[in-house]
Amino acid sequence: MIKKTVPNVEDALKGVASGMTFMLGGFGLCGIPENAIAELVKLGIKDITCISNNAGVDDFGLGLLLQQHQIKKMISSYVGENDEFERQMLSGELEVELTPQGTLAEKCRAAQAGFPAFYTPAGYGTEVAEGKETREFDGKMYVLEPAYKADFSFVKAWKGDEAGNLIFKGTARNFNPCMCGAATVTVAEVEELLPAGSLDPNEIHVPGIFVQRIFQGTHYEKRIEQRTVRQKA
Amino acid sequence: MLDKNGIAKRIAKEVKDGYYVNLGIGIPTLVANFVREDISVEFQSENGVLGMGPFPFEGEEDADIINAGKQTITTLPGASFFDSAMSFGMIRGKHVDLTILGAMEVAENGDIANWKIPGKMVKGMGGAMDLVASAENIIVAMMHTNKAGQSKLLKKCSLPLTGVGCVKKIVTNLAVMEVTSDGFKLLERAPGVSVETIVAATEGKLVVEGEVPEMAS
Repeated sequence: MIKKTVPNVEDALKGVASGMTFMLGGFGLCGIPENAIAELVKLGIKDITCISNNAGVDDFGLGLLLQQHQIKKMISSYVGENDEFERQMLSGELEVELTPQGTLAEKCRAAQAGFPAFYTPAGYGTEVAEGKETREFDGKMYVLEPAYKADFSFVKAWKGDEAGNLIFKGTARNFNPCMCGAATVTVAEVEELLPAGSLDPNEIHVPGIFVQRIFQGTHYEKRIEQRTVRQKA
Repeated sequence: MLDKNGIAKRIAKEVKDGYYVNLGIGIPTLVANFVREDISVEFQSENGVLGMGPFPFEGEEDADIINAGKQTITTLPGASFFDSAMSFGMIRGKHVDLTILGAMEVAENGDIANWKIPGKMVKGMGGAMDLVASAENIIVAMMHTNKAGQSKLLKKCSLPLTGVGCVKKIVTNLAVMEVTSDGFKLLERAPGVSVETIVAATEGKLVVEGEVPEMAS
């Protein structure tokens, strides 16, 4: 067994520096690497490029990095629900690259799986395709999209083991598996870190080969963005 | 004239037994409330769930189980979770049978604009561009005119496009229309709405053939 555990978030984030590009898992606030984000805030590094489907809310998730003006560029598919984001974007402080959600996921997966680029129909004929190579296959038009390149991936899983194997819960899975192994270093934080052999190999979602460092996360808030309920009849 | 629920109710009739369906935010979300109970349908949410159920009861919300609108949801027997790349693989690979979404504008050739208004804060396209580029069957749910009273069914979209030549059917508060090579073909009128009213509210080419039936309630 090749051991991937590190004792804490400080060790897990060794090597991060200003100007780097990071991938961060999560959809809205669901499944975000809360511990890694808190540590990035503490480290105070600047000029970060973040590849993340969303940009958090004002006081949670990537919103915490925005508050400290640590992010230079956001690559996302949807960036509503964040006033500070809007202010920085409109003032020109923050660069934003909007990418169709499926294309964003696949650009991560392509980096993980060794594809330099792929053709997708998403965005053909729209401003997203401007300046990009297009090609026809079987009478339909496609846009060439390159894989992302990133220095670190920060992902969050439900359970993990010492070998870096990961299991996710519910829709907190989202972009996390696609980002594993898609950057030079993948850092996984988990709600429950277990000894090797504790997880059933049949039930692993992401094999440890895609993870360089894994640590036991702490103090998960798991904030709900839109609490919707129904009444009991 | 239909209200939002009326539009959703009419679209629910397009949902057939055995369909996997992706519902957008807004009126499309309401469609789930009106689907016949005697057919088998599974709702897909692009953040990674098939077999979405109703909202949870108070106290049973799970922060790890949400829909694409970031709302807490439940799952039904037979449900599954998956990652975002697989989710869009389902969409791009045409495994999802029907996509229902809202729009700001639709053009008579099936172009759709629903993500960006120049000069206003742009929130992003989310999964809309992936959905419209791949789905075989796209139904748009929207009001026939905007708040200023201008037609949303146009010769050509004025707003930045989300996708080209992709919309198949449109259900508005006034009518049901199909996108054909000749333009918008009027299929049904909303209760109490005349053909003249629909013609007046449609800027794009509207094809009216014979008697246009009133929508069955």
